[in-house]
Amino acid sequence: MPITTAYETRIDHVSILDEHGVFDETLGQDLISEDQLPAIMEHLVFCRQLDEIAFKLQRSGRMGTYPQNTGQEMPSLAAALAIEKADWLVTCYRENTGLFWHGLPPECILLHWMGDERGNHIPAGVNATPIAIPIGTQMLHAAGLGWAEKAKKTGAIAVTFFGDGATSEGDFHEAANFAASLKLPVVFCCQNNGWAISVPSSVQSAGETFAQRGISYGMPCVRADGNDLFAMTKVMKDAVARARAGEGPTFIEAVTYRLRDHTTADDARRYRDAGELETWEARDPLPRLRRWMEAKGLWDKSQHEKAMKSGEERVAEIISNAEEIAAPDRSEFFDHMYADLPASLKRQRDSKRTTSLGQFPEDLA
Amino acid sequence: MTTAANETEMTLVQAVTDALACEMRLDDRVIILGEDVGLNGGVFRATEGLQAEFGADRVVDSPLAESGIIGSSIGLAMNGMRPVPELQFEGFMGPAYDQLCSHAARFRTRTRGRFTVPMTVRVPHGGGIHAPELHSDAPEAIYAHQPGLKVVMPATPYDAKGLLIASIRDPDPVIFFEPKRIYRAFREAVPNEAYTLPIGKARVVTEGTDLTVVAWGAMVVEAAKAAEQSKASIELIDLRTISPLDEDTILASVEKTGRCVVCQEAPLTLGLASEISSLVTERCFLHLEAPVQRVAGFDTIMPYYKLEMEYLPGPDRINAAIDETLRY
Ligand SMILES: Cc1ncc(C[n+]2csc(CCOP(=O)(O)OP(=O)(O)O)c2C)c(N)n1
Ligand SMILES: [Mg+2]
Repeated sequence: MPITTAYETRIDHVSILDEHGVFDETLGQDLISEDQLPAIMEHLVFCRQLDEIAFKLQRSGRMGTYPQNTGQEMPSLAAALAIEKADWLVTCYRENTGLFWHGLPPECILLHWMGDERGNHIPAGVNATPIAIPIGTQMLHAAGLGWAEKAKKTGAIAVTFFGDGATSEGDFHEAANFAASLKLPVVFCCQNNGWAISVPSSVQSAGETFAQRGISYGMPCVRADGNDLFAMTKVMKDAVARARAGEGPTFIEAVTYRLRDHTTADDARRYRDAGELETWEARDPLPRLRRWMEAKGLWDKSQHEKAMKSGEERVAEIISNAEEIAAPDRSEFFDHMYADLPASLKRQRDSKRTTSLGQFPEDLA
Repeated sequence: MTTAANETEMTLVQAVTDALACEMRLDDRVIILGEDVGLNGGVFRATEGLQAEFGADRVVDSPLAESGIIGSSIGLAMNGMRPVPELQFEGFMGPAYDQLCSHAARFRTRTRGRFTVPMTVRVPHGGGIHAPELHSDAPEAIYAHQPGLKVVMPATPYDAKGLLIASIRDPDPVIFFEPKRIYRAFREAVPNEAYTLPIGKARVVTEGTDLTVVAWGAMVVEAAKAAEQSKASIELIDLRTISPLDEDTILASVEKTGRCVVCQEAPLTLGLASEISSLVTERCFLHLEAPVQRVAGFDTIMPYYKLEMEYLPGPDRINAAIDETLRY
């Protein structure tokens, strides 16, 4: 036989709580304890509120550009549920739910988008990297962070998030290759939200799925309904277990949708079909989970109202914390350039000048 | 202001769009590629309407990959096309650096002229627009330091159109930095026809006798404000091209004034201002009445926007340097 099959594969698509509310009891069993679900729902309500208010803050000039997370709450939250405190979240900018669950104070995210670098000073003990602005770069850091855990034999792992667009960058491919080839404890999660600003995901890949991006690097790949907390939690748990067991990375494609503009600087109506948006609004992950929890008797209207009210209060407090923080010192941006500031930089900082005559006024005689 | 029938009042970003449209009408080889340049018209709307006029084969939404955008533009350019790739922000030139410096800059010389790379890389440049991290840098010196690349940066709508068309027609790779802070700062009359301005030729914005101020991009506007506030007679030079540098215009001016202040957004150390300072010191030594002064960004990472105005030189810092140089 001159031609045989050299390689064949299959990519699973995982759905547990589908958009019609149908729940797969077998797959969904014991994934998330029923006791934990109300706290999860409260968290989601709060995160959605914060996200919508952040938009308004930008519109009223109280914050800079902000990328809304609405509609994409589940993938990173599932990761946060599946990992331990010592594990790493290495994210982009649509992972607020997971970061906050993992311990990042929400003020950090607001400060970042308010143009204040102190928002990137992530508290010690929270293993998360700052928002990655250059697309597709952070996955390599996840490979290195995971590698260090492997070297230190801690058993901790790294989970990294990125968009569909990010998989077009060369760094993504290098990260996938490093992680797979060196068997690093890393989970790759691509949030395929259909768009990279105005460019549809079909431009990023001619392949059928983004999940198959991982195949060529030799890692297990899976696709899941990114708007289904249970499906995401299942694939995350499996991937985390593999990584922890020393079996190397997994590639997860979370199929989701950006329900808002790319950022506050964008107007998606210029390029996006209203019908498509409507279809995805019907798949909004929050009402889906809420309806199911209500039907199961795990959540009710009064709990929801309570969550809305306490969420609003928390959001208000977080915003005032972020807004009322003392303004950074005028020369704060010098402070963290090096462990020891070179003399020339001290001179620039103290004189607020780069001109020699301004720095050595004695030369003016 | 009256506008002649054959010209239109426009902003700098509109002049960029107009230049692209003019040249695409005249030359079928010109194609645009980049992130969001198609239906969305680019995040700054610099390619607004071009896909509608020229089609999706000539105004191409590429995958999200700067190295891919520049590397494939090199191939297009070597094979008879005139690509005008857009990189969305100067802060994202990093992934393209290798293709720009290891390849675009070298093909002509390493093939002894067999292959050339006539492409024009458009890149919004600089700070002052309240943008997120890595959307406000000033990396022009990095690319001016790379032999084989030309680096152009207009400061007015009229110059933007003439220089962009000249860049597209240039036989070598040009990095065309667009000062995004002044994309929409003012309008001026721009001829409707295609026209070119010479690459490598600076512009004397205002003539003066006491002191020469050299600036480029958005700093030209800051320097002009400073000159207006100053009691001295300032000669303001807008470089327009960063590489190759118009040495003659700078030197002639400093020979006349004997004093020179250079303004740049970029960090001080090893910036273009340093090059100009050494040029003037070496070639105008006997005419100088005071040491050349560099008003620059600090040698730090460009801070996030809460502090960006502490970083960017403005009229105050420029005027302090002018005063000190005059007092020397
Ligand atoms: C290296 C780099 N190039 C370009 C940009 C500008 N940019 C910001 S977000 C974005 C699209 C990202 O798409 P995707 O990875 O799918 O993430 P999404 O925003 O959809 O979550 C682009 C092009 C950037 N931030 N970094
Ligand atoms: Mg996307």
